[in-house]
Amino acid sequence: MSTGTTKLDVVVSDVVPVNDLVTRFHFRRRDGGLLPTFSGGAHVVVEMRDGELTRLNPYSLMGSPLDTSEYTISVRRDDLGRGGSLFMHRSVKPGLEMVVSYPVNLFSLDLRAKKHLMLAGGIGITPFMAQTAQLAGSGGNFELHYTCRTASLGTYADVLQQRHGNRIRLYHDDRDERIELDRLLSSQPLGTHLYVCGPAGMINWVRDRAASLGWPTETVHYEHFAAPQPGLPFDVTLAVSGKTIRVGEQQSLLEAIEAAGVDPPYLCRGGVCGQCETNVISYDGKFIHNDHWLSEEDHRSGCKIMPCVSRFEGKSLVLER
Amino acid sequence: MAAKTIISRPIYGTLSPQPGKHHLFVADAEGALAIVDMAKTAPPGFFDGAEIVFIPGSGGQHIAALEALKSAQFHVAPSFASLLPRLKQTLANAHMGMRLYLAGTEGLIGQAMQVALEAGIDHTSMQTEHRGSLARRMQCVHCKGITENVTTQPATCAHCGLLLLVRDHYSRRLAAFQGVCINAEDPSEIPPKEEAFP
Repeated sequence: MSTGTTKLDVVVSDVVPVNDLVTRFHFRRRDGGLLPTFSGGAHVVVEMRDGELTRLNPYSLMGSPLDTSEYTISVRRDDLGRGGSLFMHRSVKPGLEMVVSYPVNLFSLDLRAKKHLMLAGGIGITPFMAQTAQLAGSGGNFELHYTCRTASLGTYADVLQQRHGNRIRLYHDDRDERIELDRLLSSQPLGTHLYVCGPAGMINWVRDRAASLGWPTETVHYEHFAAPQPGLPFDVTLAVSGKTIRVGEQQSLLEAIEAAGVDPPYLCRGGVCGQCETNVISYDGKFIHNDHWLSEEDHRSGCKIMPCVSRFEGKSLVLER
Repeated sequence: MAAKTIISRPIYGTLSPQPGKHHLFVADAEGALAIVDMAKTAPPGFFDGAEIVFIPGSGGQHIAALEALKSAQFHVAPSFASLLPRLKQTLANAHMGMRLYLAGTEGLIGQAMQVALEAGIDHTSMQTEHRGSLARRMQCVHCKGITENVTTQPATCAHCGLLLLVRDHYSRRLAAFQGVCINAEDPSEIPPKEEAFP
């Protein structure tokens, strides 16, 4: 059961290559109506029907929340991933009918903030595209610091600078430009909230420095969708539904449970929202936890797993599902 | 500290040293002892970046104990009203990373919190510790007047004179408990006043 994820029937209205790695996809409602309202930082789960296989991946909405005639997402090609991004790049063409979830926001702006300080790394720029558009539309105070590998891979850097001028600051790895993070964090006025989206290493670095420099945890927001990683196939027994299933190499545990006709709750499919948390009844082997939801203690206990992103290696695994 | 009765009734903690370089303390009367107790667990150099603003109250005690902490700045004020301009100025010039610690009576904690909220600090980000009197700051829901240092139940509104039941219903925005007329049906009925918030 897809809690809160009522489906939307959409059609791909445009596919735009942005650079060597990133392609943008535009979706409109098949019935021509407006799409549901969303706020900056929201994502949708895109269903990718690839022959026998259905993958469901979350992508941040990057259009302006002020315009709901279409949804836009940007997908970075991941040649080593499970194939979701490759499917989007190779098989999704204008006119294709697809299904996406209602938008869900797990990375929303705290509008009580006096100022919004945003740090983006790489494709982590996408939620900020929507958030900056939202704030610019309401006279919000923000600045965005965006790190990219090279200027040509600085997805939307040009658009952002055109729209927001010197509110946008770019850092290029190949020119050895680095954020002076401690100075940046120490010079923000009281009432600033911090938002980080990018690679896990960047998020950890920023959260760690912010905590050391006295930023209260309530003021630090981050989002890192852990795309489900491929791995060795493994067998799982679903005790409640009385089924034993095999999780394929390119399949997530959640997808395998769904493919067996069991309908567990989910929301983000990226290991952050907590909806699909599942109790472990017994196991003999080793968990590969990839989520940002469970505590380290939960991970060690062997009592819980987030099937959207985490896997298992070993002899047996029995889940309460 | 009073037990939690309804959800808006504030719950106070115990001051603990937070990470960061700048620390602002606002305390009154016995709140000074909360700072002195916390100082025992503070890392070396903690008070080098600290400012303490203190309202000693009638007894004039604890000033020496706070001075001994050798904070970067130490300021003694006769009343909350008198320290308000300074507090606002400090908060207006402060940067993220400055942590706020409030200790003492509920009235002091609530009013300092009110100013800090306006400056952009979330109430969950502030350290608070209740010490000393249980006296309440009360808003009359009828005339909206605020009566300070209410110790009795019921209490008389200092503005409109109605006899008010002092509720646990608290407003962070107003920094006051709500007082509701206790004998609206029959004003001749006068329940006895008890010393409920000594």
